[in-house]
Amino acid sequence: MNEMAPISREERVEKLKGLGCSRKRVEDVRFTQGKGNYVDDLKLPGMLHGDFVRSPYAHARVKSVDKSAALALPGVVAVLTAEDLAPLNLHWMPTLAGDKQMVLADGKVLFQGQEVAFVVASDRYVAADAVDLVVVDYEELPVVTDPFKALQPDAPVLREDLQGRTSGAHGDRRHHNHIFLWEAGDKAATDEVIASADVVAEEMVYYHRTHPCPLETCGCVASMDTVNGKLTVHGTFQAPHVVRTVASLLSGIEEHKIRVISPDIGGGFGNKVGVYPGYVCSIVASIVTGRPVKWIEDRMENLTATAFARDYWMKGKIAATKDGRITGLSCHVTADHGAFDACADPSKFPAGFFHICTGSYDIPVAHVGVDGVYTNKAPGGVAYRCSFRVTEAAYFIERMIEVLAIELGMDAAELRAKNFIRKEQFPYHSALGWEYDSGDYHTAWDKALKAVGYADLRKEQAERVEAFRRGETRKLIGIGLTHFTEIVGAGPVKNCDILGMGMFDSCEIRIHPTGSAVARLGTISQGQGHATTFAQILASEIGLPADSITVEEGDTDTAPYGLGTYGSRSTPVAGAATAMAGRKIRAKAQMIAAYLLEVHDGDLEWDVDRFVVKGAPERFKTMKEIAFASYNQAIPGVEPGLEAVSYYDPPNMTYPFGAYVCVMEIDVDTGVHEIRQFYALDDCGTRINPMVIEGQVHGGLTEALAIAMGQEIAYDEIGNVKTGTLMDFFLPTAWETPHYTTDFTETPSPHHPIGAKGVGESPNVGGVPAFSNAVHDAFRPFGLRQSHMPHDHWRIWKIARDLGLHG
Amino acid sequence: MAKMQLRLTVNGEAAELLVEPRELLVYVLRERLGLTGPHVGCDTSHCGACTVDMDGRSVKSCTVFAAQADGADVTTIEGLGAPGGLSVLQQAFREHHGLQCGFCTPGMITRAHRFLQENPNPSEEEVRFGMAGNLCRCTGYQNIVKAIMAAAAELNAVREAAE
Repeated sequence: MNEMAPISREERVEKLKGLGCSRKRVEDVRFTQGKGNYVDDLKLPGMLHGDFVRSPYAHARVKSVDKSAALALPGVVAVLTAEDLAPLNLHWMPTLAGDKQMVLADGKVLFQGQEVAFVVASDRYVAADAVDLVVVDYEELPVVTDPFKALQPDAPVLREDLQGRTSGAHGDRRHHNHIFLWEAGDKAATDEVIASADVVAEEMVYYHRTHPCPLETCGCVASMDTVNGKLTVHGTFQAPHVVRTVASLLSGIEEHKIRVISPDIGGGFGNKVGVYPGYVCSIVASIVTGRPVKWIEDRMENLTATAFARDYWMKGKIAATKDGRITGLSCHVTADHGAFDACADPSKFPAGFFHICTGSYDIPVAHVGVDGVYTNKAPGGVAYRCSFRVTEAAYFIERMIEVLAIELGMDAAELRAKNFIRKEQFPYHSALGWEYDSGDYHTAWDKALKAVGYADLRKEQAERVEAFRRGETRKLIGIGLTHFTEIVGAGPVKNCDILGMGMFDSCEIRIHPTGSAVARLGTISQGQGHATTFAQILASEIGLPADSITVEEGDTDTAPYGLGTYGSRSTPVAGAATAMAGRKIRAKAQMIAAYLLEVHDGDLEWDVDRFVVKGAPERFKTMKEIAFASYNQAIPGVEPGLEAVSYYDPPNMTYPFGAYVCVMEIDVDTGVHEIRQFYALDDCGTRINPMVIEGQVHGGLTEALAIAMGQEIAYDEIGNVKTGTLMDFFLPTAWETPHYTTDFTETPSPHHPIGAKGVGESPNVGGVPAFSNAVHDAFRPFGLRQSHMPHDHWRIWKIARDLGLHG
Repeated sequence: MAKMQLRLTVNGEAAELLVEPRELLVYVLRERLGLTGPHVGCDTSHCGACTVDMDGRSVKSCTVFAAQADGADVTTIEGLGAPGGLSVLQQAFREHHGLQCGFCTPGMITRAHRFLQENPNPSEEEVRFGMAGNLCRCTGYQNIVKAIMAAAAELNAVREAAE
């Protein structure tokens, strides 16, 4: 006998809550009740608290550190300086980019907020008091915060430790503040095309320095068990397994004696990929004191010291025929990396995947060169809600297209459509070396333009300009267009690694006897809802309901090794591993079912949640029955149990794309903008959970809104950070955030097991140019070509003033 | 530092403890009373992750001294659940995907709880304005607004049915 009351196939599919279903999130039950488990919620017996003494100067020699008064304060256990860490060789640490950075100031400081000493005390208040009691004697040095000035011959030497070194991790250094020159494409051919082109548009496009600023700052609790010799580190880590490997290499503790746990993470957006001095100091302090040590940065520390993003000065030239066919593209980037090159990119890509900057267009020849430069600013260079440097690339090309449209006197939507890679060209080999896996740009573009009523919008805009000229209105309309192509899912082990670790990912599944399961992955959710969506992938693969599958991540003692969650890689890589591990389970289940039904494997076919004998639909075994059988039947030639593990090395990246339109009203006299409409069409391949996708798009667009319209990490000339709190660093509220309309097309990735491409970062990549282009477009009739972000009210007001619109 | 005696009611229970006068309310709630629902996101009262209800008002507990809460009636997210499960608001946040990483959520729901008492029948614009003291980095607010509107409708329906 099989099941008592047979239910329809549709009901069985629905019961699984598998692919394509807007399953409610399992995480929310704890989060809505305040029962999340974030790192600062952790309290261990005897736990101490660490806090940093930080440099008020952007560039200074540290002549002395007097910690005696701090040490005399009751409750203070230790004050660590570079001198204390030097015998352990931990006063410096390697960065992800092949450079090294100071853990604690070693003789000098190179940016404001740099870590100088680490105070360890009984509670936070005592630690903060002690920080004030540490006396540091500084001798100020000349400061350079402009990357162009940093490369002048007489610029101050920032990195004395590198003096005389004419090459670094990424080739030759041509100046004492130069880090690398990285190039892709054919320079000679590109120069030739540009020199002989009908039309060339040239522009400097700056993507300003900003910060991921997750609502939860970075932090950790390091706990050295001196009896068993085991170190446990809980922390806000987007890549816990890599942190374990790095901790082992740095400390000399064998890797099996280190356990890294990422608990619930309050947003990451790239901020929590890197390894920060706070982690190293907490670990050392725990080893030294034998007690757990907690370090949680405050918001100002977060904004000034950990992980900036962008800061790319992109000089572009785009060549075209008179009728608007693009013939070539060149780009030279001056990349401000701050005091240490701590960019979080795959090792072989010091400028990340910036060479996706040919975008969605069929451009025959192209060249990029990226010069990395040291300045007196914080290190970082993380991928803030984007794949490595992809948002910079998308912003660059989407601005260059607009500038070219101006040069040609053409409509920017038409110019895009004329140059899109056509559907039949995929897989498409770009001039800068990528193989775009799939796409259907024209369909997405046409759908977007139709949805917003593009022709009518242009008509309304033209009428508004006339009304403005007649003095009947002070408001202009901007129509911001973007068609972006992302490159995510890093990546193939043959060319993608972080500190030598190939960028595969993993999933391990155990099916329990009664037909429920646990799946563990090498990734870690920071709000993406992996526990919900990975269970859906698996439900469709193995025919057990998603509600019966627990997904666990983030504990290196239990989860298989993986490279973590950033660069939209979880779905493309770990999601693929999940599907592949599920297929292994199903393959074994098929053998068990064949035995139980006394037929040959090949006589069975898979149907939603069961194997059915071909041509005899009444004869079947459900996955639940098979699971039980795997534990209680002696099946010849088949091991007991039902488990599988998959380590997935992706054959290629995935290339999500989208078409966005932003319609903005701008008050010429105040610079205040109002977003009247925002339409976002995303194609992320197969859609796992539409509700989660839509949520990701809303969130990413809002981060894009912030970046484009006001958010920046600004420095003054002597290296003071002017945007160190949320008073100055713009995070939009519900009041400033518009309503978004989301839409989609679905072009599955041909190489991904379920065709999914990843979506979390697309709205940031596409959103920034859409908002920025809207501002530019409003002023295009008055002669504006390029004005740098962020477009806050003051800067928009200045555009209007400079164009003479204030009368 | 000399300590002071603090008496307050938290989630309906009386609490009496010794604290330093400089201790912040969020510190007392999290570190001394073990209520880790309120989170610290910014230290400067901008983000609202630490929002709690104090004597019928929403306050940001990172900028309230515990001493100022002496004698107060404080409610945190831990005190806002329904018996045996999620409250209407909590359920609405889940139903409408009004949260992602969850870090802002306790403050967001605690504020929404008070907001719906200040304005039981808000327009979408009023929700956006009334919730503007609470930042979220993940959702873009659209689904938070949706959740609060849905909760308002449901609470009003329950109220009308009871009348």
